[in-house]
Amino acid sequence: MRPSREHYREVVHYTPFHSRTARANVLNLWHRWRDHTVADAYFDVSLEYTALRNACAVFDLSPMTKHRITGPDALPFLNRLVTRDVAKIRPGRVGYCVWCDDRGQVIDDGTIFHLSENQYRLCSQERQLDWLSRSALGFDVTIREESEEVGALALQGPTSCSVLRALGLSGVEALTPFAMRSFPFAGGELLVSRTGFTGDLGYELWVAPNGAEALWDRLFEAGERYGLKPMGTHALEMSRIEAGYIQAGVDFLPADRAVRSDRTRSPFELDLGWLVDFAKPNFTGRRALLEEQRRGSRYRLVRLDVEGNKPAKDAYIYDPRRNVIGAVTSSMWSPMAKASIALASVQMPWGRPGEELWAEIYYQKELKWNRLNARCRVVKGAFYDPPRRRETPPPDF
Amino acid sequence: MTDARRAVVIGAGHNGLIAAAYLARAGRAVTVVEAATHVGGAAVTREFAPRFRVSAVAHLVHLLDPVIVRELDLRRHGLAFARERLRTVALNPDGEALIDDGGTLTGAGVSGTDQANYKRFLAQMRRFAAVLGRQHGRVPPRLAWERWTDAWPAAALGLDIRRLGRDDMREFLRIVTMPIYDVVEEHFDHPLLKGMLSLDAVLGTRLGARSGNTVFSYLHRLSGAAFGPGGGAALPRGGVGSVTDALAAAARLSGIEIRLGSPVAAIVVSEGRATGVRLASGEVLAADTVVSSADPKSTLLSLLGARHLEAEFAQRVQHLRATGTAAKLHLALSALPRFRGVPVEELGERLVIAPSADCADEAFNPAKYRRYSEQPILEVTIPTVHDATLAPAGQHVLSAIVQYAPYDLEGGWDAAREPFRKLLLDQLERYAPGIGALVVGQELLTPADIERDYRIKGGHWHHAELTIDQALMLRPVPGAAQYATPVTGLYLCGAGCHPGGGVIGAAGRNAARVIVRNEP
Repeated sequence: MRPSREHYREVVHYTPFHSRTARANVLNLWHRWRDHTVADAYFDVSLEYTALRNACAVFDLSPMTKHRITGPDALPFLNRLVTRDVAKIRPGRVGYCVWCDDRGQVIDDGTIFHLSENQYRLCSQERQLDWLSRSALGFDVTIREESEEVGALALQGPTSCSVLRALGLSGVEALTPFAMRSFPFAGGELLVSRTGFTGDLGYELWVAPNGAEALWDRLFEAGERYGLKPMGTHALEMSRIEAGYIQAGVDFLPADRAVRSDRTRSPFELDLGWLVDFAKPNFTGRRALLEEQRRGSRYRLVRLDVEGNKPAKDAYIYDPRRNVIGAVTSSMWSPMAKASIALASVQMPWGRPGEELWAEIYYQKELKWNRLNARCRVVKGAFYDPPRRRETPPPDF
Repeated sequence: MTDARRAVVIGAGHNGLIAAAYLARAGRAVTVVEAATHVGGAAVTREFAPRFRVSAVAHLVHLLDPVIVRELDLRRHGLAFARERLRTVALNPDGEALIDDGGTLTGAGVSGTDQANYKRFLAQMRRFAAVLGRQHGRVPPRLAWERWTDAWPAAALGLDIRRLGRDDMREFLRIVTMPIYDVVEEHFDHPLLKGMLSLDAVLGTRLGARSGNTVFSYLHRLSGAAFGPGGGAALPRGGVGSVTDALAAAARLSGIEIRLGSPVAAIVVSEGRATGVRLASGEVLAADTVVSSADPKSTLLSLLGARHLEAEFAQRVQHLRATGTAAKLHLALSALPRFRGVPVEELGERLVIAPSADCADEAFNPAKYRRYSEQPILEVTIPTVHDATLAPAGQHVLSAIVQYAPYDLEGGWDAAREPFRKLLLDQLERYAPGIGALVVGQELLTPADIERDYRIKGGHWHHAELTIDQALMLRPVPGAAQYATPVTGLYLCGAGCHPGGGVIGAAGRNAARVIVRNEP
């Protein structure tokens, strides 16, 4: 296998599923994610999205950065790294987390997989080896980037559990949200976690690269009866905005990339205060976050239900007296919520649930620009949140 | 006493004892824990050969804060000086030495121009150094002001510089980050004069004469005026250890307990707060406040542990430049040696071997690449000329600070110690023919030995390089520059803090003031 540190020798990287995704990508639409070429869309964004919400869809998330964190200090290391209490993530469980710099500003978010005693995998969108290594000073811990050693597919949507059962993974229906389990697969092992980025029922499948093509083929064999389709980044993006999830580089600027100190956000300012556990005596950012709690935050992430049907792309947000108080970071017309929805960052104290704000939307019709001041309502929680996301066992099809 | 807030001070060096004394005066119940079986830290007088004693690390006092001497009544506790206002004698490999008596140059054919320029130069340097000296007793300003009162220390520093007047201020700001080499080249001709000033600028540092910041380290050296006008040096009677002995006596009088032979294994942290220290014996001493006079890396990365710090702060501590390059040579001599070109009445002065600014820079070159100097530069004292308590009657002690002997020597010091020692004796022999035959005992302390014996990580005399990037509000690192560390209840009070090394004592006093203010 090609060692990770040789990655720079190649300009374009291919995921272990590439032979299959290339065949499926009849539109031939690609973009780069962490140097890997991945599909924007395979055949039709709307239909891919529709498959996700009504049947199920597969997304190749192999370019996700994965780190293996092992050693006697793996738990204390992770607990100093992230803001939540990692001791509460038991073996066989996955936890969503964020990590901050000393100023309490978010560097990235990700998931911690507690594989076994002193064995963890940290998944993130951005490369983090530098930050993790620098954070490891004084800990007896080994950190290895294993991004290229693990291929991954997200299988998401209402029929996803049925597809896995048809694949022969008996007992997969017993997985509760954020649980994981290994299954024997094609002479190797398949790790299945009930996780995802769509706000729907779904799983993520983790496999060694040499088992990747077999996994894709057998998934599509088993999934044919259940409406399984491949899904590109555009459809995934729609589902994550509906779920109200934030994305690094889009809804917040990773603190280690920021030049201007007011451009970063703390967990509180990203509506992730629930991930901050001050009962832990020390973690990076703790002092600054305590201070922020005392003084109050500067910003608030809000989910907006925007009047009308025009997506509020990059719109300024105004208070009722027409002062600019923030801007939209993600927006779309939500087919499930039947509404124009948006994520926005606004100055405190604006953005309390139920509050009415205004979005200045520019849109084009046949090359003519129009401007619209749309009323927005601050809503709590996800725009789309089907009960099946939490049900165990999930509904059968 | 049982109701008093308890403080444990790590290390019975001068700063530790001073912090302890001031804390006790503020009503704290103070225990000082010291690894060695005697007080003093690196300000200690020690027997290095039978019946020969020497100031083991620092061997002169330039900067000791007179306010502390007065407030702690150290003279009553035995502090006395065998000699103050030491002259500097720049040894000449080819003839008569150059003598600097507080700014007046004589000998070695020094020109009238150099003499006049040096007087003017030194007067200006003393004005600049006084600006630094005025900061010693102040807690460094914060860069981020949370309260308007935080702006005062910064404003006071700015005002001190502004009050120099236009021309002085311009010159101060122009040269403060410059290499001493360039500045002495601007002013002087005589190579011995330029060598002497270069040596004063690099002594104790990991810098050469052509390194930036050496004007700053020169000014630091001149920033005390207790023992003669800026830069005056003194020989404590009984060696530098008598300073810490007096401090210990003063501290004990304030009701402080000093526990010797009690190395600290760890600072105990509970719920993010320092709650005491665990000794190597396993015994735990509980405290409301833990004050460490150990160097910042030992305190924060070894005794505390990076896991109790946030990641970026721990990185800053890790990156603190604190690698020693100064060694110490001690010779027990059966008689007073003679140095070429030096009148016998000058042998008790500060003798320096740095024949030119180029020599002071070239000596540094090997140290950059982890090798020792083949032509080292030295500051030599023969304290027994003024202080008979240190050696048997008629016999003498020579104490030399030697640059450069890098801590991280390639191949390690075990193999290099003997050739380096021999090289040093050869070097001395060139200036003092016959000195080798007088040697009846000797000791070489490399930075590796200093690290081991005095528990200073990296063996750096100042605990951390004293340059502008590690001075004032940047010393030792931002986030701990006002003596409080990010861990509640844990404070630093050693030479790694403002105002730095050189047996000043102000760090201990400032730290105690901050503690009393923060934790009333």
